[in-house]
Amino acid sequence: MTFYIFAVIAVVFALTLIFKKNPVSSAFSLIVVFLSFAGIYAVLGAHLIAAMQIIVYTGAIMVLFIFVIMLLSADVPDLDYSRTSKTTKITALIGGLTLWGILTWMFKGAELTKTGTHTEEWITQSGGNTQVLSELLFSEYILPFELTSILLLAAIIGAVAIAKRKRGKKT
Amino acid sequence: MSEMSWTLIKFGLVLVGLLQVVPIMLWVERRGSALMQNRLGPNRIGPLGLFHAICDTVKFIFKEDPIPSHVDRFYYLLAPIVCVIPAFMTFAVIPFASSITIDGQVINFQVADLNVGILYIFAIASLGVYGIMMAGWASNNKYALLGSVRSSAQMISYEISMALSIVGILMIYSSVKLGDIARLQGETLVQLGSVAIPKWGIFVQPLGLIIFTTAAFAETNRLPFDLPEGESEIVAGYHLEYGSMKFALFMMAEYLNMTVASAVISTLFFGGWQLLPGMQFALDALAFDGMNREWARIAFEVMSFTIKVAFFMWVFVWVRWTLPRFRYDQLMSLGWKGMLPLSLLNIVITAGLIALGVI
Repeated sequence: MTFYIFAVIAVVFALTLIFKKNPVSSAFSLIVVFLSFAGIYAVLGAHLIAAMQIIVYTGAIMVLFIFVIMLLSADVPDLDYSRTSKTTKITALIGGLTLWGILTWMFKGAELTKTGTHTEEWITQSGGNTQVLSELLFSEYILPFELTSILLLAAIIGAVAIAKRKRGKKT
Repeated sequence: MSEMSWTLIKFGLVLVGLLQVVPIMLWVERRGSALMQNRLGPNRIGPLGLFHAICDTVKFIFKEDPIPSHVDRFYYLLAPIVCVIPAFMTFAVIPFASSITIDGQVINFQVADLNVGILYIFAIASLGVYGIMMAGWASNNKYALLGSVRSSAQMISYEISMALSIVGILMIYSSVKLGDIARLQGETLVQLGSVAIPKWGIFVQPLGLIIFTTAAFAETNRLPFDLPEGESEIVAGYHLEYGSMKFALFMMAEYLNMTVASAVISTLFFGGWQLLPGMQFALDALAFDGMNREWARIAFEVMSFTIKVAFFMWVFVWVRWTLPRFRYDQLMSLGWKGMLPLSLLNIVITAGLIALGVI
Protein backbone atom coordinates (compact mmCIF):
# COMPACT_ATOMS: atom_id res chain seq x y z
CA MET A 1 0.00 0.00 0.00
CA THR A 2 2.72 2.47 1.06
CA PHE A 3 4.64 1.46 -2.04
CA TYR A 4 1.81 2.68 -4.27
CA ILE A 5 1.69 6.06 -2.52
CA PHE A 6 5.40 6.64 -3.10
CA ALA A 7 5.24 5.17 -6.60
CA VAL A 8 2.39 7.48 -7.64
CA ILE A 9 4.22 10.50 -6.20
CA ALA A 10 7.40 9.49 -8.04
CA VAL A 11 5.63 9.07 -11.39
CA VAL A 12 3.61 12.29 -11.07
CA PHE A 13 6.66 14.37 -10.21
CA ALA A 14 8.74 12.66 -12.90
CA LEU A 15 6.12 13.87 -15.39
CA THR A 16 6.14 17.42 -13.97
CA LEU A 17 9.93 17.29 -14.17
CA ILE A 18 9.67 16.72 -17.92
CA PHE A 19 6.76 19.03 -18.70
CA LYS A 20 7.66 22.03 -16.53
CA LYS A 21 9.34 24.64 -18.70
CA ASN A 22 11.22 26.32 -15.90
CA PRO A 23 14.55 24.59 -15.09
CA VAL A 24 14.34 25.39 -11.36
CA SER A 25 10.82 23.94 -11.09
CA SER A 26 12.04 20.81 -12.87
CA ALA A 27 14.92 20.52 -10.42
CA PHE A 28 12.57 20.81 -7.44
CA SER A 29 10.34 18.09 -8.98
CA LEU A 30 13.41 15.87 -9.35
CA ILE A 31 14.05 16.30 -5.61
CA VAL A 32 10.56 15.01 -4.85
CA VAL A 33 11.17 12.04 -7.19
CA PHE A 34 14.39 11.21 -5.31
CA LEU A 35 12.62 11.56 -1.96
CA SER A 36 9.87 9.14 -2.99
CA PHE A 37 12.55 6.70 -4.18
CA ALA A 38 14.05 6.94 -0.69
CA GLY A 39 10.57 6.25 0.68
CA ILE A 40 10.28 3.12 -1.47
CA TYR A 41 13.69 1.90 -0.27
CA ALA A 42 12.63 2.50 3.34
CA VAL A 43 9.41 0.54 2.76
CA LEU A 44 11.53 -2.33 1.45
CA GLY A 45 13.50 -2.27 4.71
CA ALA A 46 16.68 -0.88 3.12
CA HIS A 47 17.04 2.04 5.52
CA LEU A 48 20.70 2.65 4.79
CA ILE A 49 20.08 2.88 1.05
CA ALA A 50 17.18 5.26 1.74
CA ALA A 51 19.39 7.50 3.91
CA MET A 52 22.18 7.37 1.32
CA GLN A 53 19.74 8.21 -1.46
CA ILE A 54 18.72 11.37 0.40
CA ILE A 55 22.25 12.33 1.49
CA VAL A 56 23.93 11.79 -1.88
CA TYR A 57 21.25 12.63 -4.44
CA THR A 58 18.90 15.02 -2.66
CA GLY A 59 21.37 16.55 -0.25
CA ALA A 60 24.47 16.93 -2.40
CA ILE A 61 23.92 16.43 -6.12
CA MET A 62 20.66 18.35 -6.40
CA VAL A 63 22.01 21.26 -4.34
CA LEU A 64 24.84 21.50 -6.88
CA PHE A 65 22.37 21.22 -9.77
CA ILE A 66 20.18 24.05 -8.49
CA PHE A 67 23.26 26.07 -7.59
CA VAL A 68 24.51 25.79 -11.17
CA ILE A 69 21.05 26.52 -12.64
CA MET A 70 20.70 29.62 -10.45
CA LEU A 71 24.20 30.83 -11.31
CA LEU A 72 24.16 30.14 -15.03
CA SER A 73 20.65 30.30 -16.35
CA ALA A 74 18.76 32.65 -14.06
CA ASP A 75 18.11 34.91 -17.05
CA VAL A 76 18.04 32.35 -19.88
CA PRO A 77 14.56 32.21 -21.48
CA ASP A 78 12.52 29.13 -20.63
CA LEU A 79 12.99 25.98 -22.64
CA ASP A 80 11.06 25.97 -25.89
CA TYR A 81 10.12 22.48 -27.04
CA SER A 82 8.72 23.64 -30.37
CA ARG A 83 12.22 24.43 -31.59
CA THR A 84 13.40 20.84 -31.09
CA SER A 85 14.32 19.33 -34.46
CA LYS A 86 12.41 16.40 -35.91
CA THR A 87 15.47 14.14 -35.92
CA THR A 88 15.90 14.63 -32.16
CA LYS A 89 12.25 13.83 -31.52
CA ILE A 90 12.34 10.63 -33.60
CA THR A 91 15.63 9.48 -32.07
CA ALA A 92 14.29 10.13 -28.57
CA LEU A 93 11.14 8.14 -29.33
CA ILE A 94 13.13 5.18 -30.71
CA GLY A 95 15.52 5.32 -27.75
CA GLY A 96 12.67 5.39 -25.22
CA LEU A 97 10.81 2.51 -26.85
CA THR A 98 14.00 0.43 -27.05
CA LEU A 99 14.71 1.00 -23.34
CA TRP A 100 11.12 0.07 -22.48
CA GLY A 101 11.41 -3.09 -24.60
CA ILE A 102 14.69 -4.13 -23.02
CA LEU A 103 13.34 -3.61 -19.50
CA THR A 104 10.16 -5.62 -20.26
CA TRP A 105 12.26 -8.40 -21.77
CA MET A 106 14.56 -8.44 -18.75
CA PHE A 107 11.87 -8.54 -16.08
CA LYS A 108 9.54 -10.92 -17.97
CA GLY A 109 11.44 -14.02 -16.87
CA ALA A 110 12.31 -12.74 -13.39
CA GLU A 111 11.08 -14.72 -10.42
CA LEU A 112 9.82 -12.21 -7.89
CA THR A 113 9.31 -14.79 -5.16
CA LYS A 114 12.92 -15.99 -5.24
CA THR A 115 14.87 -14.95 -2.12
CA GLY A 116 18.63 -14.97 -1.66
CA THR A 117 20.64 -15.64 1.50
CA HIS A 118 20.11 -12.08 2.74
CA THR A 119 16.54 -12.32 3.96
CA GLU A 120 15.05 -9.69 6.24
CA GLU A 121 15.25 -11.95 9.30
CA TRP A 122 18.88 -12.80 8.60
CA ILE A 123 19.78 -9.10 8.32
CA THR A 124 18.01 -8.25 11.59
CA GLN A 125 19.79 -11.12 13.32
CA SER A 126 23.24 -10.10 12.15
CA GLY A 127 22.98 -6.54 13.44
CA GLY A 128 20.86 -4.63 10.95
CA ASN A 129 21.20 -3.08 7.56
CA THR A 130 24.11 -0.73 8.18
CA GLN A 131 26.36 -3.37 9.69
CA VAL A 132 25.62 -6.06 7.11
CA LEU A 133 26.17 -3.69 4.20
CA SER A 134 29.41 -2.26 5.57
CA GLU A 135 30.77 -5.72 6.33
CA LEU A 136 30.02 -6.89 2.79
CA LEU A 137 31.47 -3.70 1.33
CA PHE A 138 34.76 -4.12 3.21
CA SER A 139 35.17 -7.87 2.70
CA GLU A 140 33.60 -9.43 -0.36
CA TYR A 141 33.31 -6.26 -2.45
CA ILE A 142 36.48 -4.50 -1.29
CA LEU A 143 38.04 -4.47 -4.79
CA PRO A 144 35.10 -2.81 -6.60
CA PHE A 145 34.76 -0.42 -3.65
CA GLU A 146 38.39 0.69 -3.81
CA LEU A 147 38.32 0.86 -7.61
CA THR A 148 35.33 3.21 -7.41
CA SER A 149 37.27 5.42 -4.99
CA ILE A 150 40.17 5.57 -7.47
CA LEU A 151 37.71 6.50 -10.22
CA LEU A 152 36.37 9.34 -8.08
CA LEU A 153 39.93 10.44 -7.24
CA ALA A 154 40.70 10.57 -10.95
CA ALA A 155 37.62 12.76 -11.47
CA ILE A 156 38.73 15.13 -8.69
CA ILE A 157 42.26 15.41 -10.12
CA GLY A 158 40.80 16.01 -13.56
CA ALA A 159 38.59 18.82 -12.26
CA VAL A 160 41.53 20.45 -10.48
CA ALA A 161 43.70 20.12 -13.60
CA ILE A 162 41.06 21.81 -15.79
CA ALA A 163 40.56 24.62 -13.27
CA LYS A 164 44.33 25.20 -12.98
CA ARG A 165 44.90 25.31 -16.76
CA LYS A 166 42.21 27.95 -17.28
CA ARG A 167 43.65 30.18 -14.62
CA GLY A 168 47.14 29.82 -16.14
CA LYS A 169 45.90 30.98 -19.55
CA LYS A 170 44.23 34.09 -18.20
CA THR A 171 47.27 35.47 -16.38
CA MET B 1 0.07 0.40 26.94
CA SER B 2 0.91 -0.61 23.41
CA GLU B 3 4.07 0.41 21.62
CA MET B 4 2.06 2.65 19.32
CA SER B 5 0.61 4.75 22.12
CA TRP B 6 4.08 5.12 23.69
CA THR B 7 5.40 6.33 20.35
CA LEU B 8 2.57 8.85 20.17
CA ILE B 9 3.33 10.08 23.70
CA LYS B 10 7.02 10.49 22.90
CA PHE B 11 6.13 12.18 19.63
CA GLY B 12 3.88 14.66 21.46
CA LEU B 13 6.53 15.31 24.13
CA VAL B 14 9.22 16.10 21.56
CA LEU B 15 6.92 18.25 19.41
CA VAL B 16 5.64 20.33 22.33
CA GLY B 17 9.13 20.60 23.79
CA LEU B 18 10.59 21.80 20.49
CA LEU B 19 7.83 24.36 20.06
CA GLN B 20 8.59 25.76 23.52
CA VAL B 21 12.23 26.23 22.59
CA VAL B 22 11.48 28.95 20.04
CA PRO B 23 9.91 31.63 22.32
CA ILE B 24 12.41 30.85 25.08
CA MET B 25 15.34 31.23 22.70
CA LEU B 26 13.87 34.47 21.37
CA TRP B 27 13.93 35.82 24.91
CA VAL B 28 17.41 34.42 25.63
CA GLU B 29 18.79 35.92 22.45
CA ARG B 30 17.38 39.38 23.09
CA ARG B 31 18.22 39.52 26.77
CA GLY B 32 21.58 37.80 26.17
CA SER B 33 22.61 40.32 23.54
CA ALA B 34 21.52 43.12 25.87
CA LEU B 35 23.61 41.62 28.66
CA MET B 36 26.68 41.52 26.43
CA GLN B 37 26.17 45.02 25.10
CA ASN B 38 25.62 46.44 28.59
CA ARG B 39 22.00 47.49 28.03
CA LEU B 40 18.68 46.30 29.42
CA GLY B 41 16.94 44.68 26.49
CA PRO B 42 13.17 44.05 26.39
CA ASN B 43 11.93 44.26 29.98
CA ARG B 44 8.44 45.79 29.80
CA ILE B 45 6.07 42.84 29.65
CA GLY B 46 6.12 40.20 32.36
CA PRO B 47 8.92 39.46 34.82
CA LEU B 48 12.31 40.15 33.16
CA GLY B 49 10.48 40.71 29.87
CA LEU B 50 9.56 37.02 29.61
CA PHE B 51 6.19 37.64 27.94
CA HIS B 52 7.65 39.64 25.06
CA ALA B 53 7.83 36.40 23.07
CA ILE B 54 4.07 35.89 23.41
CA CYS B 55 3.41 39.45 22.22
CA ASP B 56 5.80 38.88 19.30
CA THR B 57 3.91 35.76 18.26
CA VAL B 58 0.54 37.50 18.47
CA LYS B 59 1.98 40.37 16.42
CA PHE B 60 3.33 37.97 13.78
CA ILE B 61 -0.01 36.17 13.45
CA PHE B 62 -2.19 39.28 13.18
CA LYS B 63 0.13 41.35 11.00
CA GLU B 64 -0.93 42.14 7.46
CA ASP B 65 0.45 39.44 5.19
CA PRO B 66 1.05 40.82 1.71
CA ILE B 67 2.48 38.71 -1.11
CA PRO B 68 4.66 40.83 -3.44
CA SER B 69 3.41 40.83 -7.02
CA HIS B 70 6.76 39.88 -8.56
CA VAL B 71 7.20 36.56 -6.76
CA ASP B 72 6.60 33.00 -7.95
CA ARG B 73 3.54 32.45 -5.77
CA PHE B 74 3.67 28.66 -5.37
CA TYR B 75 7.32 28.38 -4.38
CA TYR B 76 7.15 31.60 -2.37
CA LEU B 77 4.46 30.10 -0.13
CA LEU B 78 6.06 26.65 -0.06
CA ALA B 79 9.54 27.80 1.01
CA PRO B 80 8.90 28.54 4.73
CA ILE B 81 7.15 25.18 5.11
CA VAL B 82 10.05 23.36 3.45
CA CYS B 83 12.36 25.15 5.89
CA VAL B 84 10.47 24.21 9.05
CA ILE B 85 9.49 20.57 8.43
CA PRO B 86 13.03 19.07 8.23
CA ALA B 87 13.94 21.05 11.36
CA PHE B 88 11.21 19.23 13.28
CA MET B 89 11.92 15.85 11.66
CA THR B 90 15.59 15.64 12.62
CA PHE B 91 14.88 15.43 16.35
CA ALA B 92 13.17 12.04 15.90
CA VAL B 93 16.31 9.93 16.36
CA ILE B 94 17.83 11.83 19.28
CA PRO B 95 17.58 9.93 22.59
CA PHE B 96 16.63 12.23 25.46
CA ALA B 97 16.82 9.58 28.20
CA SER B 98 17.80 5.91 28.49
CA SER B 99 15.19 3.17 28.69
CA ILE B 100 12.71 2.06 31.32
CA THR B 101 11.09 -1.35 31.73
CA ILE B 102 7.38 -1.31 32.54
CA ASP B 103 5.75 -4.75 32.97
CA GLY B 104 8.48 -6.38 30.88
CA GLN B 105 8.13 -3.82 28.08
CA VAL B 106 11.30 -1.86 27.38
CA ILE B 107 10.62 1.75 26.44
CA ASN B 108 13.39 3.77 24.81
CA PHE B 109 13.10 7.50 25.22
CA GLN B 110 13.69 8.21 21.56
CA VAL B 111 10.91 8.73 19.02
CA ALA B 112 12.37 6.40 16.38
CA ASP B 113 15.29 4.05 17.01
CA LEU B 114 16.37 3.84 13.38
CA ASN B 115 19.12 1.53 12.24
CA VAL B 116 20.78 4.38 10.31
CA GLY B 117 20.80 6.72 13.32
CA ILE B 118 23.00 9.75 12.74
CA LEU B 119 22.82 9.31 8.94
CA TYR B 120 19.10 10.09 9.19
CA ILE B 121 19.94 13.45 10.77
CA PHE B 122 22.40 14.27 8.00
CA ALA B 123 19.90 13.20 5.35
CA ILE B 124 16.99 15.24 6.69
CA ALA B 125 19.08 18.25 7.74
CA SER B 126 20.40 18.55 4.19
CA LEU B 127 16.81 19.11 2.99
CA GLY B 128 16.57 22.35 4.97
CA VAL B 129 18.71 24.16 2.41
CA TYR B 130 16.00 23.74 -0.23
CA GLY B 131 13.67 25.96 1.76
CA ILE B 132 16.31 28.68 1.69
CA MET B 133 17.07 28.17 -2.01
CA MET B 134 13.37 28.14 -2.87
CA ALA B 135 12.76 31.32 -0.85
CA GLY B 136 15.65 33.12 -2.52
CA TRP B 137 14.71 32.05 -6.01
CA ALA B 138 10.95 32.53 -5.71
CA SER B 139 11.36 36.02 -4.22
CA ASN B 140 12.65 37.20 -7.59
CA ASN B 141 14.97 39.68 -5.95
CA LYS B 142 18.71 40.10 -6.48
CA TYR B 143 19.60 40.19 -2.79
CA ALA B 144 17.40 37.21 -1.99
CA LEU B 145 18.93 35.18 -4.83
CA LEU B 146 22.44 36.15 -3.70
CA GLY B 147 21.57 35.01 -0.21
CA SER B 148 20.31 31.63 -1.35
CA VAL B 149 23.27 31.05 -3.68
CA ARG B 150 25.63 31.86 -0.80
CA SER B 151 23.66 29.55 1.45
CA SER B 152 23.87 26.60 -0.91
CA ALA B 153 27.61 27.06 -1.45
CA GLN B 154 28.13 27.29 2.29
CA MET B 155 26.00 24.23 3.03
CA ILE B 156 27.85 22.07 0.50
CA SER B 157 31.24 23.18 1.81
CA TYR B 158 30.55 22.61 5.48
CA GLU B 159 28.43 19.49 5.18
CA ILE B 160 31.51 17.55 4.06
CA SER B 161 33.65 18.50 7.07
CA MET B 162 30.65 17.97 9.34
CA ALA B 163 30.07 14.42 8.11
CA LEU B 164 33.80 13.59 8.16
CA SER B 165 34.28 15.00 11.67
CA ILE B 166 31.97 12.40 13.23
CA VAL B 167 33.63 9.43 11.49
CA GLY B 168 36.06 9.26 14.42
CA ILE B 169 33.16 9.01 16.89
CA LEU B 170 31.51 6.30 14.81
CA MET B 171 34.79 4.33 14.72
CA ILE B 172 35.27 4.53 18.49
CA TYR B 173 31.74 3.50 19.46
CA SER B 174 31.32 1.23 16.37
CA SER B 175 27.71 2.24 15.85
CA VAL B 176 25.70 4.84 13.98
CA LYS B 177 22.77 4.53 16.37
CA LEU B 178 22.60 7.56 18.64
CA GLY B 179 21.09 5.44 21.44
CA ASP B 180 24.14 3.12 21.40
CA ILE B 181 26.57 6.04 21.22
CA ALA B 182 24.95 7.75 24.22
CA ARG B 183 24.91 4.50 26.23
CA LEU B 184 28.56 3.61 25.49
CA GLN B 185 29.66 7.03 26.71
CA GLY B 186 28.74 5.95 30.24
CA GLU B 187 31.84 3.71 30.36
CA THR B 188 34.86 4.89 32.33
CA LEU B 189 37.80 6.13 30.28
CA VAL B 190 40.37 6.79 33.01
CA GLN B 191 40.14 6.45 36.78
CA LEU B 192 41.87 9.36 38.53
CA GLY B 193 41.78 8.49 42.21
CA SER B 194 38.13 8.65 43.21
CA VAL B 195 37.14 10.63 40.10
CA ALA B 196 36.14 8.56 37.07
CA ILE B 197 36.51 10.33 33.73
CA PRO B 198 33.66 9.02 31.54
CA LYS B 199 34.22 7.99 27.93
CA TRP B 200 32.49 11.09 26.59
CA GLY B 201 33.17 12.13 23.02
CA ILE B 202 34.95 15.31 24.09
CA PHE B 203 37.70 13.30 25.84
CA VAL B 204 38.30 10.88 22.98
CA GLN B 205 37.56 13.21 20.04
CA PRO B 206 38.46 16.81 21.01
CA LEU B 207 39.39 17.74 17.43
CA GLY B 208 36.17 16.19 16.13
CA LEU B 209 34.18 18.31 18.58
CA ILE B 210 35.80 21.55 17.40
CA ILE B 211 35.25 20.75 13.70
CA PHE B 212 31.70 19.55 14.26
CA THR B 213 30.72 22.59 16.31
CA THR B 214 32.19 24.99 13.75
CA ALA B 215 30.40 23.20 10.92
CA ALA B 216 27.18 23.22 12.93
CA PHE B 217 27.39 27.02 13.18
CA ALA B 218 27.76 27.20 9.41
CA GLU B 219 24.96 24.72 8.75
CA THR B 220 22.52 26.63 10.95
CA ASN B 221 23.46 29.94 9.28
CA ARG B 222 24.41 31.52 12.58
CA LEU B 223 27.04 34.16 13.11
CA PRO B 224 29.98 34.17 12.37
CA PHE B 225 28.70 32.29 9.30
CA ASP B 226 25.42 34.11 8.64
CA LEU B 227 26.38 35.19 5.12
CA PRO B 228 23.06 34.03 3.61
CA GLU B 229 21.42 36.80 5.67
CA GLY B 230 24.20 39.36 6.04
CA GLU B 231 22.09 42.44 6.86
CA SER B 232 24.85 44.92 6.05
CA GLU B 233 25.68 43.36 2.67
CA ILE B 234 22.53 41.82 1.17
CA VAL B 235 19.88 43.40 3.40
CA ALA B 236 18.36 40.19 4.81
CA GLY B 237 19.22 37.63 2.17
CA TYR B 238 16.80 34.88 1.37
CA HIS B 239 13.90 36.01 3.61
CA LEU B 240 14.00 39.62 2.43
CA GLU B 241 10.57 39.47 0.77
CA TYR B 242 8.83 37.69 3.63
CA GLY B 243 6.70 39.24 6.33
CA SER B 244 4.53 38.32 9.30
CA MET B 245 4.19 34.62 10.18
CA LYS B 246 6.06 33.47 7.06
CA PHE B 247 9.13 35.33 8.28
CA ALA B 248 8.53 33.91 11.75
CA LEU B 249 8.63 30.39 10.26
CA PHE B 250 12.16 31.06 8.96
CA MET B 251 13.15 32.24 12.44
CA MET B 252 11.55 29.12 13.90
CA ALA B 253 13.48 26.90 11.50
CA GLU B 254 16.72 28.62 12.52
CA TYR B 255 16.10 28.11 16.24
CA LEU B 256 14.95 24.52 15.72
CA ASN B 257 18.08 23.77 13.70
CA MET B 258 20.10 25.25 16.55
CA THR B 259 18.29 22.99 19.01
CA VAL B 260 18.95 19.90 16.91
CA ALA B 261 22.61 20.89 16.44
CA SER B 262 22.98 21.39 20.22
CA ALA B 263 21.25 18.07 20.88
CA VAL B 264 23.56 16.26 18.43
CA ILE B 265 26.65 17.90 19.96
CA SER B 266 25.52 16.85 23.45
CA THR B 267 24.66 13.33 22.34
CA LEU B 268 27.85 12.69 20.38
CA PHE B 269 30.39 14.51 22.53
CA PHE B 270 28.90 15.11 25.98
CA GLY B 271 27.24 11.83 26.88
CA GLY B 272 23.71 12.72 25.82
CA TRP B 273 21.43 11.68 28.66
CA GLN B 274 24.33 10.47 30.85
CA LEU B 275 23.98 12.10 34.25
CA LEU B 276 25.99 15.24 34.91
CA PRO B 277 28.61 15.04 37.69
CA GLY B 278 26.91 15.13 41.07
CA MET B 279 23.50 14.03 39.84
CA GLN B 280 24.16 10.42 40.79
CA PHE B 281 24.64 11.53 44.42
CA ALA B 282 21.40 13.50 44.32
CA LEU B 283 19.58 10.49 42.89
CA ASP B 284 21.01 8.21 45.61
CA ALA B 285 20.24 10.78 48.32
CA LEU B 286 16.56 10.88 47.30
CA ALA B 287 16.44 7.16 48.21
CA PHE B 288 13.44 6.14 46.15
CA ASP B 289 12.82 2.45 45.62
CA GLY B 290 11.25 0.25 42.98
CA MET B 291 9.46 1.92 40.11
CA ASN B 292 9.75 5.41 41.64
CA ARG B 293 13.53 5.12 41.53
CA GLU B 294 13.40 4.21 37.85
CA TRP B 295 11.18 7.19 37.05
CA ALA B 296 13.41 9.49 39.11
CA ARG B 297 16.39 8.22 37.12
CA ILE B 298 14.57 9.03 33.87
CA ALA B 299 13.69 12.49 35.19
CA PHE B 300 17.33 13.16 36.08
CA GLU B 301 18.47 11.91 32.67
CA VAL B 302 16.02 14.17 30.86
CA MET B 303 17.20 17.01 33.10
CA SER B 304 20.90 16.47 32.33
CA PHE B 305 20.15 16.20 28.60
CA THR B 306 18.15 19.44 28.76
CA ILE B 307 20.91 21.24 30.69
CA LYS B 308 23.52 20.14 28.13
CA VAL B 309 21.36 21.21 25.20
CA ALA B 310 20.53 24.53 26.90
CA PHE B 311 24.23 25.18 27.45
CA PHE B 312 25.03 24.74 23.76
CA MET B 313 22.08 26.92 22.80
CA TRP B 314 23.62 29.57 25.00
CA VAL B 315 26.98 29.02 23.25
CA PHE B 316 25.23 29.74 19.94
CA VAL B 317 23.91 33.05 21.33
CA TRP B 318 27.20 33.81 23.04
CA VAL B 319 29.21 33.37 19.85
CA ARG B 320 26.71 35.33 17.80
CA TRP B 321 27.13 38.45 19.92
CA THR B 322 30.89 38.03 20.32
CA LEU B 323 32.33 37.35 16.88
CA PRO B 324 32.02 39.51 13.76
CA ARG B 325 30.91 38.02 10.44
CA PHE B 326 33.40 36.24 8.16
CA ARG B 327 34.17 37.59 4.72
CA TYR B 328 32.95 35.27 1.97
CA ASP B 329 36.40 34.17 0.75
CA GLN B 330 37.52 33.62 4.34
CA LEU B 331 34.51 31.39 4.88
CA MET B 332 35.32 29.28 1.83
CA SER B 333 39.03 28.97 2.55
CA LEU B 334 38.31 28.03 6.17
CA GLY B 335 35.88 25.35 5.02
CA TRP B 336 37.93 23.79 2.26
CA LYS B 337 41.53 24.49 3.31
CA GLY B 338 41.18 24.39 7.07
CA MET B 339 38.37 22.17 8.24
CA LEU B 340 38.36 19.51 5.51
CA PRO B 341 42.07 18.52 5.90
CA LEU B 342 41.71 18.70 9.69
CA SER B 343 38.75 16.34 9.70
CA LEU B 344 40.63 13.91 7.44
CA LEU B 345 43.62 14.15 9.79
CA ASN B 346 41.27 13.41 12.68
CA ILE B 347 40.10 10.21 10.98
CA VAL B 348 43.70 9.08 10.37
CA ILE B 349 44.76 9.81 13.97
CA THR B 350 41.69 8.07 15.42
CA ALA B 351 42.22 5.02 13.20
CA GLY B 352 45.87 4.90 14.30
CA LEU B 353 44.95 5.15 17.99
CA ILE B 354 42.35 2.41 17.62
CA ALA B 355 44.84 0.19 15.79
CA LEU B 356 47.39 0.74 18.61
CA GLY B 357 44.69 -0.08 21.14
CA VAL B 358 44.88 3.26 22.99
CA ILE B 359 41.14 3.99 22.77
